[in-house]
Amino acid sequence: MNDLALLVAATLAAGTPLALAGMGLLVNERAGVLNLGAEGLMLVAAVAGFATGFTTGSELLALIAGAAAGAIGAAIYGWLVIWLNTNQYATGLAVSLFGSGFSAFVGIGFVGKKLEENPVTGVPLLRDLPVLGVALFRQHWTIYGAVALAGGVAWFLYRTRGGLILRSIGESPSAAHALGYPVRRIRLVAVVVGGALCGLAGAYLSVIYTPLWVEGMVAGRGWIALALTTFATWRPARMLFGAYLFGGVTMLQLYLQAAGVQVPPEFMSMLPYLATVLVLVIISRNPLWIRLNMPASLGKTFFPGS
Amino acid sequence: MTNRSSPKFLALAVVFAAAGLTACGQKAAPPAPAPVAAPAPAKPAPLKAAFVYVGPVGDAGYTYAHDAGRKEAVAKLGDKVATTFVENIKEGPDAERVIRELATAGNKVIFATSFGFGDSMAKVAKDFPDVYFEHATGFRTSDNMRVYEPRIHEGAYLAGIVAGRMTKTNVLGFVGSFPIPEVLRNINAFTLGAQSVNPKIKTKVVWVGSWFDPPKETEAAKTLINGKADVLLQNTDSTAVLQEAERQHKYAFGWDSDMSSFAPKAHLGSCMLLWGVYYEKALNDVLGKTWKTGATKWGYREGMTDFVKIPDFVPADVKKKVEDAKAGLKAGTLDIFKGPITDSTGKVQLAKGLAADDKWLGGVTFYVKGVEGKVPASK
Repeated sequence: MNDLALLVAATLAAGTPLALAGMGLLVNERAGVLNLGAEGLMLVAAVAGFATGFTTGSELLALIAGAAAGAIGAAIYGWLVIWLNTNQYATGLAVSLFGSGFSAFVGIGFVGKKLEENPVTGVPLLRDLPVLGVALFRQHWTIYGAVALAGGVAWFLYRTRGGLILRSIGESPSAAHALGYPVRRIRLVAVVVGGALCGLAGAYLSVIYTPLWVEGMVAGRGWIALALTTFATWRPARMLFGAYLFGGVTMLQLYLQAAGVQVPPEFMSMLPYLATVLVLVIISRNPLWIRLNMPASLGKTFFPGS
Repeated sequence: MTNRSSPKFLALAVVFAAAGLTACGQKAAPPAPAPVAAPAPAKPAPLKAAFVYVGPVGDAGYTYAHDAGRKEAVAKLGDKVATTFVENIKEGPDAERVIRELATAGNKVIFATSFGFGDSMAKVAKDFPDVYFEHATGFRTSDNMRVYEPRIHEGAYLAGIVAGRMTKTNVLGFVGSFPIPEVLRNINAFTLGAQSVNPKIKTKVVWVGSWFDPPKETEAAKTLINGKADVLLQNTDSTAVLQEAERQHKYAFGWDSDMSSFAPKAHLGSCMLLWGVYYEKALNDVLGKTWKTGATKWGYREGMTDFVKIPDFVPADVKKKVEDAKAGLKAGTLDIFKGPITDSTGKVQLAKGLAADDKWLGGVTFYVKGVEGKVPASK
């Protein structure tokens, strides 16, 4: 029972960066902008967060710096694709590659440095519950933040006027434009918010989850978050579920190994991706489901007045 | 230790990456001190040598250790050599292009530091008979290409001695990359070292399927600690496992280079790779025209591996055990793999009285007795 609780706890910790970044990407994809630069933004944020944490000693400042770095990177990306009308796919890939190179370059001085760590307190009282306390209530506060964020995003998208406008821009930017909404500005805000959340996820990795900086440490999690948006059919609750499912599969393979169940590590590294593909196949069996949820203008450049 | 993989999901990204690599040129190492201004006697031109690294020199692990070795050799040989390096070279077609360019640029010795560079190097070596090629951890040799490798499992054995005495649960943990002979040797040596001081030792292994994925290494370390392991060793390239041990008040070791500063409370010692001694020898071979093809496998005795920075809180008698083992390695009286060796299924892998030779070491595909579970099928 305790093993199961530990597995749940590890799953929550492993899934959180995916949930944060995925939620951000979901928001900017809902506005019709695809940001393939997520991995690069997360790396830049990871180094920014680590550097800030290292110089100031403050975890909160480090996370803020990571989110800010992600937001700035995303703003540059947004300006390129929204105002200069560059191709979103190519620009996103360029941002991703630039981010990994740039983070390695500015991070040279931080390799091999050590961060002061704050002990994780968890939720008072609840943390002492048997089993449940271990499983759920001894986590870093960002994990509860990620769950709250999913609720907030869902509420915003489906219960507020702003969310409706955002979604309408993702569906048909020209119709929204005709109604007088500033499509480009709203898209930029969505992209910046998305970048900030990717940044938060990157900083979570380098400051809280694995407090160190090394080149390429995000190790593909940005791409996974991108895949998760489709997996979740652009819905926040499913995104949260997908992120923790993914984290769970990753952790489960390690736990199975420690429990003596032996499968080739190559197979296990493949497993989470296999799960993604499987779910994609299942979802795609229902065309209505995809069509109802996928932002119709996703990835397309919008020329106002054309 | 010999390659790294990172997930690439988009073929296009690979194309872009290739384009990016083409763009990044060679980095010249700081030039040797310039000759004095006075009309110096005519000196022979320095020997040009180039190093091809698989990772960035700032990885604090494997490539960092190679570059430290290069610098050490340069410091010893002074202006007799002029070295350059290229870092972050992916294994595959791009490596061949890089090695070929280095040969064309007039380098007389080229070192490739990763297993996956072997094929590329062998191809180029054929076309440049006047250039000497050196391949780390490989097996392919020819008239002008040879291989070199450190016996890192000696470090794992020494770490095992400390681990065997410092554990309270008698369960050790190992974070593995891929189940290849090199890594299995390390797991086995670690276990044998621990069993030499504590026969009750069990080792649990978790494979992460990567040479370098710090978050996943952390997860693996957590899993092992949850499974009662209280001293950890890893065959991956980052400091993540050590740092997780520090967080959870357990013990762990540094790997490839000195990692003591990452975990002052958890660090029980670092298994070091010291490539410099070989690089100096190889360059001297070329300078002295004594270069011969072959395979070099060096360990503690030759100064290519070491186990350092055992902290003060480790009892003196444990340190003494390590020193004794080191002395045994130095004198050649200690064989880490010495019969009888029984694997985890009870089969005798090395008969009583026999010592392992290089062929046996290259074919290790099992866990020794005391390691839990089965080796995952590879290939």
